[in-house]
Amino acid sequence: MDIHKFVVNGEYILLDVNSGSVHVLDPVAYRILDVFNGANDVAVIAEYAAEFGETAVCETLEELHELMAVGQLFSPDAEIPPVFAAKPIVKSLCLHIAHDCNLRCGYCFASTGSFGHDRGLMSPEVACRAVDFLLEHGGSRKHAEIDFFGGEPLLNMATVRAAVEHIRRREAETGKIFNLTLTTNAVLLNQEILDFLNQENIQLILSIDGRREVHDRMRPFAGGAGSYDVVIANMHKAVDSRQGANYYARGTYTAYNLDFAADVLALADEGFGRLSVEPVVAKDAPYGLCEDQLPDMFAQYDLLAAEYLRRHRDGNGFDFFHFNVDLENGPCLTKRLSGCGAGHEYYAVTPEGDLYPCHQFVGRDDFKVGTVFAGIDKPDLCDEFRQAHVLTKPECRRCWARFYCSGGCHANAEAFHGSIHQPYELGCELQKKRLECAIAVQIGLKRIAADKN
Amino acid sequence: MGKHIQTINNAPLTKTALTGGCGECQTSCQSACKTSCTVGNQSCQK
Repeated sequence: MDIHKFVVNGEYILLDVNSGSVHVLDPVAYRILDVFNGANDVAVIAEYAAEFGETAVCETLEELHELMAVGQLFSPDAEIPPVFAAKPIVKSLCLHIAHDCNLRCGYCFASTGSFGHDRGLMSPEVACRAVDFLLEHGGSRKHAEIDFFGGEPLLNMATVRAAVEHIRRREAETGKIFNLTLTTNAVLLNQEILDFLNQENIQLILSIDGRREVHDRMRPFAGGAGSYDVVIANMHKAVDSRQGANYYARGTYTAYNLDFAADVLALADEGFGRLSVEPVVAKDAPYGLCEDQLPDMFAQYDLLAAEYLRRHRDGNGFDFFHFNVDLENGPCLTKRLSGCGAGHEYYAVTPEGDLYPCHQFVGRDDFKVGTVFAGIDKPDLCDEFRQAHVLTKPECRRCWARFYCSGGCHANAEAFHGSIHQPYELGCELQKKRLECAIAVQIGLKRIAADKN
Repeated sequence: MGKHIQTINNAPLTKTALTGGCGECQTSCQSACKTSCTVGNQSCQK
């Protein structure tokens, strides 16, 4: 009986978890599914005939049985795909180009750039060796991905340029296609750097938190002054220079701005059309989020979903990363089990060339799994990451959202529970709410498209 | 479309257990989030 039903934006929605089928219900069907189990029509009629009329109940039951017959309701549990047993290929690296930063963000998981260790810059040699490591372990996959990350990667453009030059040379030699991203606070984005990033088709992830006062409170310079004015000016310059494409404006919300929908909309009002604003993850911090605040945060996602659809209907829509759920052509089951790929398909590389399962684990010394020079030296730990998926984690196996979040963030689980096998509950609750809103938004977008035709 | 139920999509996930796994899709955490693993919002690259 693996279904989930919910109401968002006035829509009564049913998700059949194992098949991924989404249905919009009328109130009769919505209520009937409180009792219907696929084989108890008599009990359903007895329960609801007086309230809805026997004809409506019987019609609804007939439709429900039709859905069961075509595998779109009460579909059986998924099995682990055979291909999942194969040796994983490395798809992606996060290069910590600089363990240093020119901002002092209050919530920085990288301890303002240093990741709890000495501040340092990655040398061109380490970066180029990381590219070769990715090629050596990337199998026959056509694409490879590298994110230039920090700290702040623009503090070390010499290495970014050297790595890109090496990547282009190796692409020509191997036929592999690299997709490149650069995550930056935008402070040092000047015309020369922008020209290079645009010419090399490097996607930008630009960090900004929304409204000026919200941004400045958490993202000051080392001297304490807010960075908003510098950041917003550089972001406009960057986004305009690439005709509004190939970027995301990426923010973090905290307990200090529980009305974060206003921050998303402030960024949209600034003309940024590709947005991702996410909850902070923090333990025992005054800006950290807690369970008591969930109703407020849920209300913000409802508000955002309604406004998202209103703006799309009015022709001035924006893209909100977590409302993008592809209901027609989403990932296969294997992908949904492999999740973020941390520790088997995806690694972070420190300035020294050390490998960690992902950028969030850098600085947690027990999780160093090797180096780009010598390769993986903790294959058992990497395999533990691969096997920690939604069909093996007890909490996930029972959860309706398991094939969308893919088990949540391992680093958050480890930080809160000391184990990658026990998900971080607050993150789960927010993920589930975002997913409900995302499904409702996709239904709303279909209605808008249908109305226009 | 039924009188009481409208089905929105037809993309049976269970069938992809046998057909999927080509691995061409992007690493999910590598795109725009960096803190919250989300796979469902990706598209199949096949």
